[in-house]
Parts: sequence; C-alpha cells; structure tokens
Amino acid sequence: MMAGHSTSMGVEDVNLYYGDFHALKDITLDMPANQITALIGPSGCGKSTLLRCLDRMNDRVQGCRVEGRITLGDEDIKDIDPYDLRRRVGMVFQHPNPFPLTIYENVVYGLRRQGRRPKSELDGVVESTLRRVGLWDEVKDKLKASGLSLSGGQQQRLCIARALAVDPEVLLMDEPTSALDPISTSLVEELASELAHDHTVVIVTHNMQQAARISNQTAFFYLGELVEVGPTAELFVRPKKKQTEDYLTGRFG
Amino acid sequence: MASSSASARARRQDHIATGVLTAIVAVICVALVAIVVYIVGSGAGKLFDVSFLTGKPQQFKAGGGIGPELFNSFYLLVLTLLLSLPLSLGAAIYLAEYAHEGPVTTAAKTIIETLSSLPSIVVGLFGMLFFVLQLGWGFSIMSGALALTMFNLPILTRVIQQALEAVPRDQRDAGLALGLTRWETTIHILIPSAMPAIVTGVILSAGRVFGEAAALIYTAGQSAPMLDFTNFDLSSASCPWNVWRPAETLAVHIWKINSEGVVPDLAAVSSGTAAVLMVCILAFNIIARIVGRRLERRLTAE
Repeated sequence: MMAGHSTSMGVEDVNLYYGDFHALKDITLDMPANQITALIGPSGCGKSTLLRCLDRMNDRVQGCRVEGRITLGDEDIKDIDPYDLRRRVGMVFQHPNPFPLTIYENVVYGLRRQGRRPKSELDGVVESTLRRVGLWDEVKDKLKASGLSLSGGQQQRLCIARALAVDPEVLLMDEPTSALDPISTSLVEELASELAHDHTVVIVTHNMQQAARISNQTAFFYLGELVEVGPTAELFVRPKKKQTEDYLTGRFG
Repeated sequence: MASSSASARARRQDHIATGVLTAIVAVICVALVAIVVYIVGSGAGKLFDVSFLTGKPQQFKAGGGIGPELFNSFYLLVLTLLLSLPLSLGAAIYLAEYAHEGPVTTAAKTIIETLSSLPSIVVGLFGMLFFVLQLGWGFSIMSGALALTMFNLPILTRVIQQALEAVPRDQRDAGLALGLTRWETTIHILIPSAMPAIVTGVILSAGRVFGEAAALIYTAGQSAPMLDFTNFDLSSASCPWNVWRPAETLAVHIWKINSEGVVPDLAAVSSGTAAVLMVCILAFNIIARIVGRRLERRLTAE
C-alpha cells in the first residue's frame, strides 16, 4: 500500500533574503531519489533555511524572499499548491512535536484532513506506519494514549510516522536526533536509511558522524554558500576545499 | 581564597533572599486569608439561610433576601460570556496567528492594554450615556451585559492571545508541514493545546465580571424586580429571562444598601451578600484550577 514513488528534488541558483540579509547565495544542488542527502555546516550557515525552502515553509516568514528554481521531479514547486506540496514533501523537526492527541490520531491526522476514510483503512495505516518506524510493539496496547505521554525518542518516531502516513515522496529531516539520547538516535538513523529505499531523504545535521554513517551525498554549507557537495565517502575522506577540510577536522564551527 | 569567600557571600545572599521572599509571601497570604475569613465569617449566618438566598429584598423592613440579585448576577455573567467569548476568541486568534507584526498589531495591543486598565466606572458611565440614554435601552440587563462585555473583552482577548502564543512554534510548523491550512492548524491543534490556559482564563475573568459593581450601577441599574420563574413573557419585568428589565446584582446590592439602605438589618444583609459573593468567586477560582489541570492531564496523560 505504501507505494514507493520517490521523486528527486533539485535546487537551481537559489538566493534567499531575509530583508537585507542574503541568507542563501546561488545554491545549486541535486537531491537524487532513493538517496539520503545530508546538509552540514556550522550554525547559521543556511542549511535549515534551505531545507525549509523545499516545502515552502518560508512562504509566510515576513521579509523572506526566495529567488531561483526549486523542483520536485520535473515540476517547479512554485507551480504546486503549497498545501499539496507539503503533503508530497514531509518534514520532521528538531524537537519532537506530536500533536496533543492520541497516538492513533497523530498518525492518521494528515490522512483525515485529506478526506473521509473508512476506519479499517485508517487502522491499517496506523499499524503499518507504526511498524515501519519500529514503534508498533511499544505502543500497540495504548494507541488511545496521548502522543505526549511517550518518551522523547518515541515521540520523534511518532512524528516520523505522522509524516509517513500521508505517503510523501520526499522526507525532510531538520536535525531530527539533536534532542534525542544515543539509543533513540541510532533507531532514527536506521529508520532514515531504511526510508531511503523508497523516499528521497534530505537531512540537516550538526553531527558529522551521523552524516558519514547514513548519507549517500553530503553538502557542506558555510555563510550561506554551498562550499562543496559530493558522495559522502569521498567528501569526508578527500575534501576538495580547504573550508570543508577545516570544518570536518573540527578546526572551526 | 577570594573565590571561596565570594561563594560564601553568594550563598549568604541566597539565604537572605529566601528568607525575605518567604516573609513577603507569608504576609500577603495572611492578609488575604484574613480578609476571606472575615468576610465569610461575618456573613456565615446568612450563607446557608435559604430564605435569604432565595427571598425578596426589603426596602424598609428587616429580613430581606437576595434571590433576584443572585439570579441576576449569574444571568448577566452568562450573557456577558456569550457576548465576549466569541469576540475575544476571534480577536485573539487574529492577533496571535494571522496578523503580521506591524503598526496594526502594535496599535491593537496598545488599545487592548489601555482598555483593560480602564477604570470600570468609566466603562459604566460610557454604558449609561450610550446604551442607556443614546440607544434608549434604559437600565437593563442588555445595557449591563454590553458594559461588562466592554470591560471583559480586553482581558479575555489578552488571556487567550497569550495562551495561543504559549503553544510552541513546533506545533504550528508540524501542522503546516502536514499540509494543513493556518485555520486547520488553529482549530485542530493550537486551540486544543491552549485549552487549559484558555479555560482557566475564562473562569478567572468570570470571577471579575461576577464581582463587578461600578460598571453596572448605571447600566443594569439598582433595582431588582421580584422574579417569577413561571413567567415566560419576555416583555414582562418579572420574567427572569427578559433582557430589557433592570437587574441589580450582588455587588451592586452591597454598594446600594451601604450607601442608601434604610433597612434595620443593613449590616447583616450587607455582610451576608458579601459572603455569598466571596464564596461564588472562590468557587470560580477553584473550578478554574481543577478544570485547567484536568484538561492539561487529558492532553498529556496515558
């Protein structure tokens, strides 16, 4: 039922301004289907800003102006209704943010908003999605409990389930493990790797080991510029730019 | 050496601060408890006297009751909440979720703050000039309810706005990222999350409205026609539900008998009424806490 129709995303000559501040400078980046692209760089380098451009979360930010072309498959995302776009491009945030609803309702929330569905279908989605995120065995007996009653790591997996339940083509993850303990972190990392089989995954991370462990491609940002992008193994072993090397070896950032 | 003496000083300051703050709180608590105990104590005899609670107020004789006043207070409260809750909810949602930071929101916030600190007698006199005289509604429940609405709107708007703004931004992002519109996010996520704080705020503001006198003296009036609960003729002065009849409330009753009352048991009636008012407001506060905590638990608990 979870049809894996992954779609690549692309960014071409993107510039982003907050008022007078030039936050992203001429960014061009391909995020291929069925791969994990990691965006790394020091705080304030624009990586999260770029991520939020991909599902147009910056649209409503005052004074924010985006130029250039962002594509989902062959479509320019400007031509896609933003609400449809966000159903096709899911997002997981830094802090787990389940809705103040039951676990069950959290998972089916997006589906319910898309229209009426028979309960049997929703039940099926809840079970299959929670199984995918490895939460089913932990919560199957308390689906009626509040999502906020779970631990931080479980909440984050619930949020991933919520994003997956509407069957998005792309999954954006904004530092999804920075608020989690090491065990939950490795669970989420495994999950991300698995999701890349049938999704395009873009992950922003401060944790370079994490980028090295799970991503296929890594892009290094510094002061709003895309300094270097390449296959993860290559970029970590033989960075081409001095700035990348300095960052990877911990000389700044 | 220097650092250890510095830390000793810091610890001593901490001890002193703890002592001083505890003392201040103790003084406040003792004063408040003393007031409550005094008010409830002086009226205790009347508090459980059914004939006082349901009886008709007397003009000249002893033994008057506060039946109509008690009903009027609750009726005015309900009408006021019916008028002010939807309006302030709408205003708060707009200010917290829709309005862009700018001159409009700044102006709105200043106006709301000014209105919420407006002396209630000013609201009452405005109500008299506008609702009672200009619109010709006379001293009536409608005039009183609208004056109370003016009095309550800014407070309620602020409480609800703050409750909405206290919902973490993550929740808004989560809704947005799932493809929900701002309205869907507000209705289905933000308001439920903010509900404990909203309910607490509404009940606390209800306490203020319930005890308000100055805004009502010249709007709802100072007379309480005896009510006949079998009368459903909405134009009759004795029909409890008629919004065009004058309606003295508990707080106004206290003010009136103390300023111009001539009944022999004036002091007893006054302190009895005050005790009833106090108990109602205490009840509002306790209910606000219980309901707020229950809702909070329902949102987060198993």
